[in-house]
Amino acid sequence: MGQFVVRRVLSSVVVLVLGSIVVFLGIRALPGDPALALAGESADPAVLAAIRRQYGLDQPWPIQYIHYVAQALQGNFGISTVDQIPVSQILAERIPVTLEIAFLAILVGILIGVPAGVISAVRQGKLADYVATGLGLVGLSVPHFWLGLLGIWIFAVHLRVLPASGFVGLAEDPVENLRRMVMPVLVLGTGLSAVLMRQSRSALLSQLSEDYVRTARAKGLPHRAQVRHALRNSLTTVTTVLGLQLGGLISGAVVTEQIFVIPGFGKLTVDAVLQRNYPVIEGVVLVTVSGYVVINLLVDLTYAWLNPRLRLTGGDS
Amino acid sequence: MSLLEVEDLRVTFTTEDGPVLAVKRMSFALESGEILALVGESGCGKSVTAMSIPRLLPTSGVEIEGAVRLGGRDLTALAERDLEALRGKEISVVFQEPMTSLNPAYTVGRQIVEVLRRHERLNSRKALDRAVELLELVGIPDARRRCDSYPHQLSGGMRQRVMIAIGVACNPKVLIADEPTTALDVTIQAGVLEVIANLRDTLGTAVVLITHDLGVVAKVADRVVVMYAGRSVEEAPVDSLFAAPQHPYTMGLIDALPSSALLRGTRRLEEIPGMVPPPTSDPDECEFAARCPRASARCTSARPALKVSEAEHRVACYHPGRKEVGRVS
Repeated sequence: MGQFVVRRVLSSVVVLVLGSIVVFLGIRALPGDPALALAGESADPAVLAAIRRQYGLDQPWPIQYIHYVAQALQGNFGISTVDQIPVSQILAERIPVTLEIAFLAILVGILIGVPAGVISAVRQGKLADYVATGLGLVGLSVPHFWLGLLGIWIFAVHLRVLPASGFVGLAEDPVENLRRMVMPVLVLGTGLSAVLMRQSRSALLSQLSEDYVRTARAKGLPHRAQVRHALRNSLTTVTTVLGLQLGGLISGAVVTEQIFVIPGFGKLTVDAVLQRNYPVIEGVVLVTVSGYVVINLLVDLTYAWLNPRLRLTGGDS
Repeated sequence: MSLLEVEDLRVTFTTEDGPVLAVKRMSFALESGEILALVGESGCGKSVTAMSIPRLLPTSGVEIEGAVRLGGRDLTALAERDLEALRGKEISVVFQEPMTSLNPAYTVGRQIVEVLRRHERLNSRKALDRAVELLELVGIPDARRRCDSYPHQLSGGMRQRVMIAIGVACNPKVLIADEPTTALDVTIQAGVLEVIANLRDTLGTAVVLITHDLGVVAKVADRVVVMYAGRSVEEAPVDSLFAAPQHPYTMGLIDALPSSALLRGTRRLEEIPGMVPPPTSDPDECEFAARCPRASARCTSARPALKVSEAEHRVACYHPGRKEVGRVS
């Protein structure tokens, strides 16, 4: 198992390096000149040159990249071209906000999706199954932005129980923070729980027809224990889906944060792209890539824990 | 009273293409400490017969009629809850597929312990000790360490031994072994059969052995029931069956053995012409008649009943016996 972890971590580092190169090149391949964006369309060529020199934009790309990586490793992602604040500081402010939304949304997704999928599979073809599958379909089809607007209309405008938008830090006022999180989290969590519900339902159904479940039945285990046997093996699928969905969660956060005016990572990304704020975009994308890599690593390690056949080395076979 | 009595068992599956009569009428008895072989071609209903004893068939789309009595108690009348208490405790099953019959996510030790804790109410420490004993009993070396192995770390033969260990863990009265050696290499088969025979000798477990392999039957069985198209066509002690088979179908099966070809001095195996009839109808005739060299008008006008031909030997045929064979070769 130990060797497996080391191998996976090393391959993650390779992915991270490749990812950073792609990010770096991708940004520079975009049309538009950051110096122009910064100084305005009618700027003096001398001013533009000065800006380019200041941000190292006059250097060849490989030099820019090496410079960028060296700085990034020290936690220095440059300075935002728009408001002259260090990118690392901006990220440090914004990331926790989005992490909180994402974490709570995952929690909601798992707590609703997996049990609903299990109930649906165990009671296949019965009323509970139809209700869960039907709600799942709705949850899957409804777009985030519409659900968000609907939520604001019902809970903020009509019932006046939740604020329509805005954000309060967790450290400042935990209760108010959670109150303001309810809608964004539900909006994000609904889609996730629908996907998880459908996937855990079909994974469990296919596992329930496996031979080893028949063995469990032949051993005289009650139905509940038979389901437990099957569930352990269906969780691999659920983990995969969850890993894939986390990517969608990041893009979902972009939309959700716009709707509820939450100063998170998603909103930061959109603003940075619109302002051609290169240092911020690079920081944002690099963080996103790292996030993906870490999530994939966690997913793989969870696999190995769930499925002993994947612990390729360190066994005694 | 026999240990296990199956009487007029009928099993019908409801499918989109209409009912499938998997078992049309089966009656047989199993005595304590006996190894009874159920033999027949694929699709003759032998596995369905065996699985309907502990009612392990799917719960929907299946109709089971007739009686299955264990120690006089009719299992067909029991609720699922009572069956659960009985499965693994009084009747156990070893399945055909050792590669998929164990849960890949749990250690084999845990899977044995589970059945012990379910029925014997042992604490986990005692259950683990017992699991080690059981693995030793089925001939797995280094049993204590093997308890921590996952199924994928064991060979097919070892996995089947683990399945047998689970089967006999609670000292059941009846062990149903459904083609336990079919998925294994020939070299491994003998070892697994030996384990089953030994358990009968040491624990007194009665065994229903389902197989299509008459070689397996000859090695371990005491008595044989030959099935054809959802019915038993011949029933005899193993020696009597091989020495003097009565039903033309049984004769065909024995002639199809490679060893029979050697005895005849030919390299070509005998085969039974034709196919098993589809299990969708139940005509009042001998269903083997279409493939039988002895078939007469009588065979297709009424079904022959299972009758005693000699001591403990019963056959359902109007023209039984070895002497009448008019082989066309």
